[in-house]
Amino acid sequence: MTESISQSITLPSEEKPKRMAIIASAGTLDAAYPPVILASTAAAMDMEVAIFFTFYGLNLIHKKKSKKLKVSPIANPAAPMPVPNIIGMIPGMTGMATWMMNRWMKKANVIKFLELRDVCLESGVRMIGCQMTMDVMGIKEEELIDGCELGGAASFLEFAKDADITLFM
Amino acid sequence: MTEVHQTLDARNLSCPMPVLKSKKALKALEINQVLEILTTDPGSMADIPAWTRTTGQELISAEELGPKDYRFLVRRRN
Repeated sequence: MTESISQSITLPSEEKPKRMAIIASAGTLDAAYPPVILASTAAAMDMEVAIFFTFYGLNLIHKKKSKKLKVSPIANPAAPMPVPNIIGMIPGMTGMATWMMNRWMKKANVIKFLELRDVCLESGVRMIGCQMTMDVMGIKEEELIDGCELGGAASFLEFAKDADITLFM
Repeated sequence: MTEVHQTLDARNLSCPMPVLKSKKALKALEINQVLEILTTDPGSMADIPAWTRTTGQELISAEELGPKDYRFLVRRRN
């Protein structure tokens, strides 16, 4: 099946770049992927991107915690292998659910979260840590990965007010 | 036959890697040169055209050579 696709050629370089603003508020392994997948792809599509990490989302740019993100089997009936909540409560089940998810992702040739985050940084995605929730959660600036900025609600809104796409995750 | 200047083997890569690698490979070419992209991700049949449309690059062809076997030719326009 061959289809030739003729397109009208636009010159995005002459236009103002499209812009995407994301708020990442969750810090589990499954929730870690959508922000970095969309941010890296948007950058590849010549968009300006910023991700604002708040509350548990700060885990995704935390030097140590981002290396061991977990997923819980509790209250997750959509898991490929759902676990009754009373079983999910048993110590070690979160580790097992995390191990299984990592295995599924590897089997499907999905790139690792940390590699995708590196792609984001290399392609100019701005990573903004929420100063207020860092104080709440006792996270210091030096605990975050290099290349992050710090900011608050006004910093995000200044960027987001001109965004074409705004997502809360 | 369109002349191919560079081939990107993006087979066995899942979303979003085919698009990310295509972007990188295309930027390494000169304007008007052609990149051949090979993929196995069924989503790439929708995603590579979406990427070229958004970025103003020219999608010369998108072919399904077989099950999970796709080939694209993209000309760098900017």
